[in-house]
Amino acid sequence: MSVLIKTTRQKAAGIAVGILLVILFAGCSAVYGYTEVGWKTALDALTVFDGSKEHIIVLKNRVPRALIGAAVGMSLAIAGALLQGLTRNPLASPDIFGINAGAGFAIVLSAAFFSVSSIHQFAWVAFLGAACTTVIVYLLGGVGAGGLTPVKLTLAGASMWLLFASLTQGMLALNERALEEVMFWLAGSVEGRKLEVLTSLLPYLAAGWLGALMISGPLNVLLMGEDVAASLGQRILIVKIFAGVVVVLLAGGSVAIAGPVGFVGVVIPHVARSLVGMDHRWVIPYSALLGAILLLLADIGARYIIMPNEVPVGVMTALIGTPFFVYIARRGLNRL
Amino acid sequence: MNRYTPLRWKRVSLLVDKKAVAALGAFLLLVAGVAILSLGSGDMSIPPAEVVKALFGAGEGMHELVVRSFRLPRILLALLAGMALAASGAVLQGIIRNPLASPDLMGITGGASLAVVTFLTVFSDRANALTVSIQWLPLAAFLGAFLMGTIVYALAWKGGVTPLRLVLIGIGLTHAVQALTTIMILFGPIYLATQVHIWTTGSVNGANWNQVTTLLPWALLLIAWIWISARHLNIQELGDAIAGGVGSRVQRERLFLLAVSSALAGSAVAFVGGIGFVGLMAPHIGRRIVGSSYGALVPVSALIGGFLVLGADWIGRTAFSPMEVPAGVFTSAIGAPYFIYLLLRTRN
Repeated sequence: MSVLIKTTRQKAAGIAVGILLVILFAGCSAVYGYTEVGWKTALDALTVFDGSKEHIIVLKNRVPRALIGAAVGMSLAIAGALLQGLTRNPLASPDIFGINAGAGFAIVLSAAFFSVSSIHQFAWVAFLGAACTTVIVYLLGGVGAGGLTPVKLTLAGASMWLLFASLTQGMLALNERALEEVMFWLAGSVEGRKLEVLTSLLPYLAAGWLGALMISGPLNVLLMGEDVAASLGQRILIVKIFAGVVVVLLAGGSVAIAGPVGFVGVVIPHVARSLVGMDHRWVIPYSALLGAILLLLADIGARYIIMPNEVPVGVMTALIGTPFFVYIARRGLNRL
Repeated sequence: MNRYTPLRWKRVSLLVDKKAVAALGAFLLLVAGVAILSLGSGDMSIPPAEVVKALFGAGEGMHELVVRSFRLPRILLALLAGMALAASGAVLQGIIRNPLASPDLMGITGGASLAVVTFLTVFSDRANALTVSIQWLPLAAFLGAFLMGTIVYALAWKGGVTPLRLVLIGIGLTHAVQALTTIMILFGPIYLATQVHIWTTGSVNGANWNQVTTLLPWALLLIAWIWISARHLNIQELGDAIAGGVGSRVQRERLFLLAVSSALAGSAVAFVGGIGFVGLMAPHIGRRIVGSSYGALVPVSALIGGFLVLGADWIGRTAFSPMEVPAGVFTSAIGAPYFIYLLLRTRN
């Protein structure tokens, strides 16, 4: 595979550029929207807050939104990169495998029937849902002849997704009050979330980010094939379980914050790999930055598409991601 | 023992599959049984004998009212929708030659849902009243289903269509269509949101005679049509090369059958929403019972589909009363594990 960025120095420079871009787009996210505030006002709101309408919008709405968008984008992209590396399946991602839907179903279930409402409880419910789904899909994908194949894994994930989607809808049909609360959330949205939501979940997400970086080296070894990895002395099961836990933290945490935002996890790792190749020590950070950029841009776009209303950002990522998904699916499941 | 009996009448002759006739009879009885049970249960419980009396206009006044005006349209709608979805699935599995094809996994029901939501949004005025006749709704659903079917098929085309690519692209596009549906709901009147959720899960709640009489001709005509073109389906199953070799215009027939299949799925979705996995399960069960010759398979799987939706609706209505669980929840809860089971079998 030909990669765009070859030398280590260039790759490091790419990271720096990526960080700058994330900051730039986060700034754009704070400035552009239904109420245009201008760069200077936005900066003032952060430094010399004066309580004006613009400042309140920037501080209470736009900044949390940009930060949440960046964090969710990072997490989903990293989760996708890990899953794709782990399963050697180009379509692997928390949404296609039904992990997001599982977490979403768990949240809707707990909100509708057990009156759970605090973000901490939501987070643990989401982790639980994500973890169960991951285990189920992984087990199902491995049953039958031939062991774990990309095809079986994808189809098992897709059917779990269909199952959870319809159970969630059924639940909402039963409980209209819950519907009003979670409708926008279910479409995947970073709008109207308080900063506290992010800060209370940040420990889990940060643990996931660190864990992903730690696992990237062993993942490279695993990618050479399980036989090779085993003969090199890797404890494969531990690596897999560790990666699985990281995926659950990242996917579950993102869903608890923003609802099931799709396609970031499928698309971004491909872009990252086409930039820096198969080395996951680079793929993971690049995926993180690109994921943040994609979600920030999608969120800015979401404000303009049906002005003055907004579409959920999950809708935007789905629209951007589908052509890409089709492209990958057409290329076949045997090429990562 | 010979499985087939020829029927001859002047210049017409038919080869009748005795096993298929037996299966048809058995499922007809089963469907009738569940229908009568379902007609009798609810807030007002009516014993089966009274239900039959009421159906033929010989029961008590109250019973007749409940059975004929309230419950019968719902039962018939469930039956028709199940039949339509199952027949649609049977045709899709035939033309795609893949047991995993079904209107929901290929995004066809999703396309129909999107079309229906768009229709309701675009043609609603400020007072939430429709500005055009509801009779056009099936047409919109059909167009959505057909467009989606063709798009998925076209995108999966790469010097031919492999079943896996078709399913994968169907999955991707289903995600996309769901996103578009969300946009339409956010655009549309608020009351629509609840409605649409109940309806995308698939429910026959609130059925009325008007809906039944609109769906009836569509569903029966199209199923009959498929039954008549069963020989084309049988040829398609042999593969493109052989089908072309024996003189079938493969691509044309396939497109035509895809249209009929979408029309069936679309018409069902228009009235009851996306009741999941029926189009997948019913043809499979049918194939187990009567084999894969479409002359027998189409009517049998249609009846099985009707039976599944009828049963799901009955359970959903009574098991958790006074709550009503949409029928689609049950069909999905049975269907998803079934799909996984199929997956494991076909890969072996």
